[in-house]
Amino acid sequence: MNEMTIRGKLPSAEEITLIKKFLDDTTLFLGPDPEIMQNHDIMPRTAIEDAAIAQVSDAHTVAKIRDRIQAGCDEGYEMVEQMGAAPGAKWGDVITGVYSASGDLAIASAGGVLIFSALVHHPIKFIIKNWMNDPTVGVKEGDGFIHNDSRYGNVHNTDQSMIIPIFHKGKLVCWVASTVHEGENGAIEPGGMPSMAESPSDEGLKMSPFKVVENYQIKRDILTFLQNSVREPKLQYEDMKVKLFACLRIKQRIEETLNSDGPEALMATLRLTMENVRAEVKRRISEWPDMTVRTYIIQDSTLRENCVVKINCKLTKTGDRLIFDFRGSSPEFTNRATNTIVAGLKGMLAQVFLCYVWPDLPRGQAAFAPIEVITDPHSIVNCSYDAPNSQSLMSIFTGFTAGQHAVAKFLYSCPEKFTKVHAPTFNMINTFIWGGVSQHGETLGNLCADLNGMGAGATANRDGEHALAPIFATMADIGEQELNEEEVPFLQLVSKKMTRDAIAPGKYRGGQGYTMMVATKDSEQWGFMTTAQGAKIPPIQGLFGGYACGTYPLSKVKNVDVYDVLMNQPEKFRHSIEEIMNEQPFEEASYSTHHMGMGFEISKRGELFMISQGAGAGYGDLLERDPVSVIKDIEEGLMSPEVAARLYKVVFDPKTLAIDFDATEAARAAERQARIARSVPYAEFIKGWNQPKPPAHLQYFGCWGDDVGTLYMGSADVTRRGDQPRPNYMMHPKDVRIAELEARLEAVGAMGNEKK
Amino acid sequence: MKIPMTEYLRIDLETEKWECRVCDHEIAPAEGNYKEGLLVHNRDPREIHPPILDPERYRFTFSPDPEWVRILEFCCPKCGTQVETEYAIPGHPPLWDMQVDLPALKAQWAARGTEALPDAGPAVIPGRGHSH
Repeated sequence: MNEMTIRGKLPSAEEITLIKKFLDDTTLFLGPDPEIMQNHDIMPRTAIEDAAIAQVSDAHTVAKIRDRIQAGCDEGYEMVEQMGAAPGAKWGDVITGVYSASGDLAIASAGGVLIFSALVHHPIKFIIKNWMNDPTVGVKEGDGFIHNDSRYGNVHNTDQSMIIPIFHKGKLVCWVASTVHEGENGAIEPGGMPSMAESPSDEGLKMSPFKVVENYQIKRDILTFLQNSVREPKLQYEDMKVKLFACLRIKQRIEETLNSDGPEALMATLRLTMENVRAEVKRRISEWPDMTVRTYIIQDSTLRENCVVKINCKLTKTGDRLIFDFRGSSPEFTNRATNTIVAGLKGMLAQVFLCYVWPDLPRGQAAFAPIEVITDPHSIVNCSYDAPNSQSLMSIFTGFTAGQHAVAKFLYSCPEKFTKVHAPTFNMINTFIWGGVSQHGETLGNLCADLNGMGAGATANRDGEHALAPIFATMADIGEQELNEEEVPFLQLVSKKMTRDAIAPGKYRGGQGYTMMVATKDSEQWGFMTTAQGAKIPPIQGLFGGYACGTYPLSKVKNVDVYDVLMNQPEKFRHSIEEIMNEQPFEEASYSTHHMGMGFEISKRGELFMISQGAGAGYGDLLERDPVSVIKDIEEGLMSPEVAARLYKVVFDPKTLAIDFDATEAARAAERQARIARSVPYAEFIKGWNQPKPPAHLQYFGCWGDDVGTLYMGSADVTRRGDQPRPNYMMHPKDVRIAELEARLEAVGAMGNEKK
Repeated sequence: MKIPMTEYLRIDLETEKWECRVCDHEIAPAEGNYKEGLLVHNRDPREIHPPILDPERYRFTFSPDPEWVRILEFCCPKCGTQVETEYAIPGHPPLWDMQVDLPALKAQWAARGTEALPDAGPAVIPGRGHSH
């Protein structure tokens, strides 16, 4: 058959214009806007801001107004924390902020989760770009917009924002927003962070920014739809009101400034605050040594199965430029929820600086604005629109740790520091997420605030503090468990007791985490899930010779009612995971361990679920640790005498704990010699150690060694180019298990004659 | 001028070498990877993070899985001080973690002068009392 060439008539210039107009006028879907979502810098100065600064730029006036706005944000924050219904609100997983008329976050509340505010500029810019001039929407005085879909700028869709525009004499002068970790969002699992989500459609309510408030009133029809979409309808209503009223209080404070100083002073203050912070950040970066630092952090699961998922980080500083290069990190998972949008990663990296490196800077978007971030497209740290991301915290937090670890190596030699050099803080949300029907008949879905009790990393001059704060909010609370128990049908039978020997050794040790044991009591319809990595590989690195933390499993005791035990044979109960699991004091009970990605599981009365919060990393050579501090750790139950003696080489009387200092010095000198004897020169070591590909026994995702352009996808034989996305599907863990068992049955000829 | 770069390492700008801050041992060229001048030990992570749960009975014990991760311990060949650790996937090449731009470092410190050197040092004088 002859080849035929069919060529249509080319359109004329007039037709092209018509086609273009048709396409411009006929947007079928306003999805996340890459122009907005890929940019974290502050917007260019507007003519109005220019004119305002020409009128008001006196540093004292700017500082006075900034402090007033800051106080207003803090007031709004307190309101949400005191009145919010979501557990996250009560414990400080909240933030409020004031944004410029262009949508940049200028000033955020001092407490709370800064990452929320570092991301809410995206939906505001979406509103400005798309709704402001749309005749069917518009932006008017008295309006309020709601938003939670991370693809339009958020951490994950369990966090909801209320955003209101502030007008003065009919002109938009700024925006105010309040964000809360609400928990429930109608996803496939209760509590708002489903690990089981295999597509965005499993993740529950996905709100692009839309108007839900007019004339300062929540629109009841839309509210009812939202309530109908989640498991906690009353909470949905209450917290929308709380966030709205917090925004209105901040609005009131802004109006006081507008009336006393005028709109120019306000707009100049917001703009100059951001510009000054941005300039100061560049100055501070220029004080660092010009250097490239490399590190990687390993996620050891997708929360559905154990595997090795690399977060690769190269941080380069040249002059006043600082570039985070995350290329080489794992490809995105097409059907696992641990991916993050790149804006989420940037928001969390901003927290490295605002919470741990330069906490003296005004909190806002500008502190990260001049810092650059490079990622592979469709990677676990820059996922696509179609990838689920409800467990984005896994990648956001390990990305944070990579940043924190790398930054520490720049800071050591800087003469001008604003905080102590800091080993990585623990980074996983080791807590119980829960849901079901409460003892009061309410349908609930949320989590324990124990995620806020992460152990701090050690610093250059002292131990890390125990259970200090979550990496995403250094000023949050852990809350009162007893208050929580009034509303939920379970008890934490052991709470806030440090987990002995779960240590991160060093010259200064990491702060430790505590044990949590929960058991359902007053409901037949109640369950738990856990969403953390790090049961096989520590999720952090140590610093300057210090060690990371160990690993943290989930332990279960089934076929027991511990409430019966406590009532009838209380002497059988034990107060540590170690004792319960090793001594197995409850006859007939079954004891098991698991990784920390437990999908939602209904629990029976009195069954035990036990986990531990994690330790921050250690700093420095553990043989330099003061022996007195080692003994103190034993006395405080942080470490057993045997482990202390073996690791730290401290010699002491086992009964009195009196230290033999001379013997300790001798033991440590001997250990240094032993190190030299058992170690080998680097060149010789890598000959035996280095492998060209990931090990065959591990499902490995990400680059290997220096070749960041090749990403492994679960095996040494399956790869993609970093810049060329490919689907990356995981099998259902139960299918994997069934296949394993069937193979074993087939091997012993026990499959019968089952037809294929 | 000697610039302290980490708790245990410094760079001598004149000799252009990484040095041990504890024993003054000259480790490696400053423009290269300091790890190349150190000794390495492939540590089973269970030795540092002891199993809290009985490993005979349980899959997960609070100890990292030695088939999934190892701890590379880097120490000074002269004094045995542990300079750095790296939690590594088995067989993954160790990282060149600090790649210094030496000419830029020299220029930066020439402008700053020695007065700006941070005074934090590695020496720890252990207390001999048992006062708590």
